[in-house]
Amino acid sequence: MDWHIFAQQLVNGLVLGSIYGLIAIGYTMVYGIIGMINFAHGDIYMVSAYLTAIFLAILTMLGVTAVSVPLALVVVMLLTIMFTALYGWTVERVAYRPLRGSTRLAPLISAIGMSLVLQNYVQISQGARNQGIPSLIEGTLRVGGESAYVQITTVQLLIVVVSFVAMGILTYIIHKTSLGRQCRATQQDRKMANILGINTDRVISMVFLIGAAMAAIAGALVSFNYGSFDFYIGFVTGIKAFTAAVLGGIGSLPGAMLGGLILGLSESLFSGLINTDYKDVFAFALLVLVLIFRPSGLLGKPEVEKV
Amino acid sequence: MSEAMLKVSGLTMRFGGIRALNDISFEVQRGSISALIGPNGAGKTTVFNCVTGFYKATEGALTLHPQAGQSYNIPKLLGEPFQAADFINPVAFGRRLYYKMFGGSHRVANAGVSRTFQNIRLFREMTAVENLLVAQHIHMVRNPLAGVFKTKRFREAEERAVERAYFWLDALNLRDDANRLAGGLPYGRQRRLEIARAMCTGPKMICLDEPAAGLNPSETAELAEMIRMLRDKHGVTVLLIEHDMSLVMKISEHIVVLDHGEVICAGGPDKIANDPQVIAAYLGVADEDEVNL
Repeated sequence: MDWHIFAQQLVNGLVLGSIYGLIAIGYTMVYGIIGMINFAHGDIYMVSAYLTAIFLAILTMLGVTAVSVPLALVVVMLLTIMFTALYGWTVERVAYRPLRGSTRLAPLISAIGMSLVLQNYVQISQGARNQGIPSLIEGTLRVGGESAYVQITTVQLLIVVVSFVAMGILTYIIHKTSLGRQCRATQQDRKMANILGINTDRVISMVFLIGAAMAAIAGALVSFNYGSFDFYIGFVTGIKAFTAAVLGGIGSLPGAMLGGLILGLSESLFSGLINTDYKDVFAFALLVLVLIFRPSGLLGKPEVEKV
Repeated sequence: MSEAMLKVSGLTMRFGGIRALNDISFEVQRGSISALIGPNGAGKTTVFNCVTGFYKATEGALTLHPQAGQSYNIPKLLGEPFQAADFINPVAFGRRLYYKMFGGSHRVANAGVSRTFQNIRLFREMTAVENLLVAQHIHMVRNPLAGVFKTKRFREAEERAVERAYFWLDALNLRDDANRLAGGLPYGRQRRLEIARAMCTGPKMICLDEPAAGLNPSETAELAEMIRMLRDKHGVTVLLIEHDMSLVMKISEHIVVLDHGEVICAGGPDKIANDPQVIAAYLGVADEDEVNL
């Protein structure tokens, strides 16, 4: 087998993996802090893709895109992050907080409902057809000779760099800032954190904001890359990102990033080297294998029964 | 005379059909070391839970006066259900709505009450210092972006918090354990760390739930010194639950005795030690008639 095909799949896998990792963060943080699986998270990602298109259209109308494309992209990205975070916050406030203190399954069902609500809301307001945005970032980096080369487009490079920077900033926030300490404290013992004067409802809201912001980064980057999406993209990507979170150990932040990368790489290598049709089968078989040997995921801690 | 730090009147707590506390009233004087004692199941910890906002009292008033001229109604801070009268009084309605939306146990802590637990509840996977920093978040810069960009305000607040954390580590003789994981510390030190953490919230009153449980005699003696130090040097009012009677009699000035969810006696150590009802509650009686009241 040629080295360049392998290397090319590695590059593609890295790109895909960063996206999975970014979305998986939302699943893992929410699970860590309130022990629920936010099934609407994939749809938050989908909403962010639409928001990217809307803001890009507005900026193009205002003529910003004609002046400077990078500036327009940065502004689009920031606006998307802000508005998607708002969506994440609202979903928690409307659908999950009122159910806190009821059974564990209640918010789970509510999350599935919220996922459907978001899908239908986007379908009705934006139409069921595929939407697209023009590709604005051009250029390709090519390594190798005439016939055997590895290429990475500027957008792909952007995806990897932005994802890693975002993950770095998030890791820093969680480990070094006051908000991060509050998150970790709330995760370990919510009631105790509350007794110490931490407004845990606010911390949980912040977690949803952060998770949605990360999904927004992924959504904006993916739209820049593929340029086409519909109201249903959140489902498959969401399931994959959730798989990544479980693979890495749900509840663990580095686990989500690692899980995303492993899932992206293995999927891409499998489809490039063996068979494209069965790449999902391979991804989930991998998950099954990992869970057999490490039930709490790669970096997850085994669950200790609370006394 | 200044107002009492904590005034409990008519406190009743029901869990379904069970009446855990029945019309309890007592006061905790400012700057005192007070104790809450009673046989197992008397409702001591339930009183603590109501005072610190862990539970919402079913009935009764808990009034906190952290400073002269300041007063908080603890059940109100937790958010109460609407009353009929609220619907014709928009101010009362607004206030209750505010506490319903933004109230909670954290407000009680911010009002100046902190506590420790009978079964230690440290953040086990954080270091000792981090445990103390979490407790001080009220004084921190909350904007996470300020943390990323390390603004001056953020750094100063962080430095002050670290300083305060080390101050309390020193005060409770835990300096060497600063960077160890709280869950890995020996039992006695975990107890002290929990007190240090409670002190880091800057309380006016600290509630200690069985601080001497599981400590050996020399550790208990050390603890007694520390509790005195908290009051004498830092002016904190102490309310404690304790089963070690020699410790209670040695350090507390005022004792409230509970039994079956009711106050059966209150007063100084001497009065309590000789009260027939208290002795009966602790030792039991062969026959009801033997207690002559």
